[in-house]
Amino acid sequence: MKTLNCQQIADAVCSLTEACGALTPSCAAAMKAACEKESNENAKFALETLLKNADVAKERGLPVCQDTGMAVVFVKLGQDVHIEGGTLFEAVNEGVRRGYSKHGYRASVLDPVTRVNTRDNTPAVLHIELTEGDKLEIAFMPKGFGSENMSRLFMLTPSEGIEGVKRSVIEAVKAAGSNPCPPIVVGVGIGGTAEKAMLTAKEQLLREVGAPSGDEILAALETELLSEINALGIGAQGFSGDTTAFAVHIGKYPTHISALPVAVNIQCNAVRVAKTAL
Amino acid sequence: MDWKRVNAPFDRNELASLRAGDRVLLSGTIYTARDAAHKRLFEGIASKAELPVPLDGQAIYYVGACFKDGRPISAGPTTAMRMDKYAPSLYDNGLAASIGKGDRGEAVYGAIKRNGGVYFAAIGGAGATYADCIKHSELIAYPELGTEAIYKFCIEDFPLIVAVDRNGGSVYGTAK
Repeated sequence: MKTLNCQQIADAVCSLTEACGALTPSCAAAMKAACEKESNENAKFALETLLKNADVAKERGLPVCQDTGMAVVFVKLGQDVHIEGGTLFEAVNEGVRRGYSKHGYRASVLDPVTRVNTRDNTPAVLHIELTEGDKLEIAFMPKGFGSENMSRLFMLTPSEGIEGVKRSVIEAVKAAGSNPCPPIVVGVGIGGTAEKAMLTAKEQLLREVGAPSGDEILAALETELLSEINALGIGAQGFSGDTTAFAVHIGKYPTHISALPVAVNIQCNAVRVAKTAL
Repeated sequence: MDWKRVNAPFDRNELASLRAGDRVLLSGTIYTARDAAHKRLFEGIASKAELPVPLDGQAIYYVGACFKDGRPISAGPTTAMRMDKYAPSLYDNGLAASIGKGDRGEAVYGAIKRNGGVYFAAIGGAGATYADCIKHSELIAYPELGTEAIYKFCIEDFPLIVAVDRNGGSVYGTAK
């Protein structure tokens, strides 16, 4: 049994918010590769601007993008961990509150009905998974909403099969068009219930950009869909071009005999993720 | 490709020469407004109220910046499509340019054409770069909206691309 204090957890989350200041290395590498091979002049201009921007942000300690997101926090909580001094949710929110205010990250969260801003970017969206052991693992994803707004859920019938899955992903990317700040990473969740499919899609965005699924069939589907998506020609910022998506990441979960849920959750060109373990 | 230097607020004749795909370095004074501020400006126009900002010949930047110690530290564009409901009314009342990211709906293309306006695309995701070009910022209206308040930015060499020109020319191909 390990005891963790809420203060420790809040401190850890506060440090993780610094993810807003840099692209992940795999995102930066994918962007550089896309820029080098881009044949469309306007798309190349966009990619060059984004690469320079990442350097400016890093050198000057500035947020890469002003949309420092809604804080999506994934916790893997070992069953042998005891948390004292408050609740995990309060600790995570305290970390977000402190991190965002310390760095001047944007307070983007508000009441959906009254539209009154909470002013400190809380609450976070917290996903907790219970695991074996006595570790608490935290992944922090500041999720921008230009891309989040383009999420789609398709409740297909089993007869639509894998062809239906492919059609749905392509439809979602086409409909998103220039809006989610392409090049994007396309998170796909197949199966489960409606909410499980969407959560599975979002979890795929935690992967390193371009890291293939461990499942052979899904990995092949990822490659096939990526080439179909890039053939759409939407391109960086929607200016047309060779790279509409850096990667397609697919996950799955068993589903009901009556169903074939497909969720699409899109990540913009600024992939910002940080992880730690206590 | 060469950069064209343009100043805001605009001389309409100068704007007339801009074509989709032109790279522009914009300097001068612009106003910020995104979803919540647009709703208020739109309602203000509809009820013939006095607006807190001038529109004639001006540029509105769709942005909600990150601020630290009162200074913008990241200020890239937000999705323009969400302002499509309000933009035609603003163009019809004197607005010369909007700055955002992503394609616009037909009604906005129509408003740009009939008013000889322009829509500039800034590069979405390049927040640090744009903040670096803001030399001065001043809160103008709606402070209760937080980052969605209207600010006046004095900018130098904002790197933009003409995304929709007065003839309806556009840099968006298959994207909608």
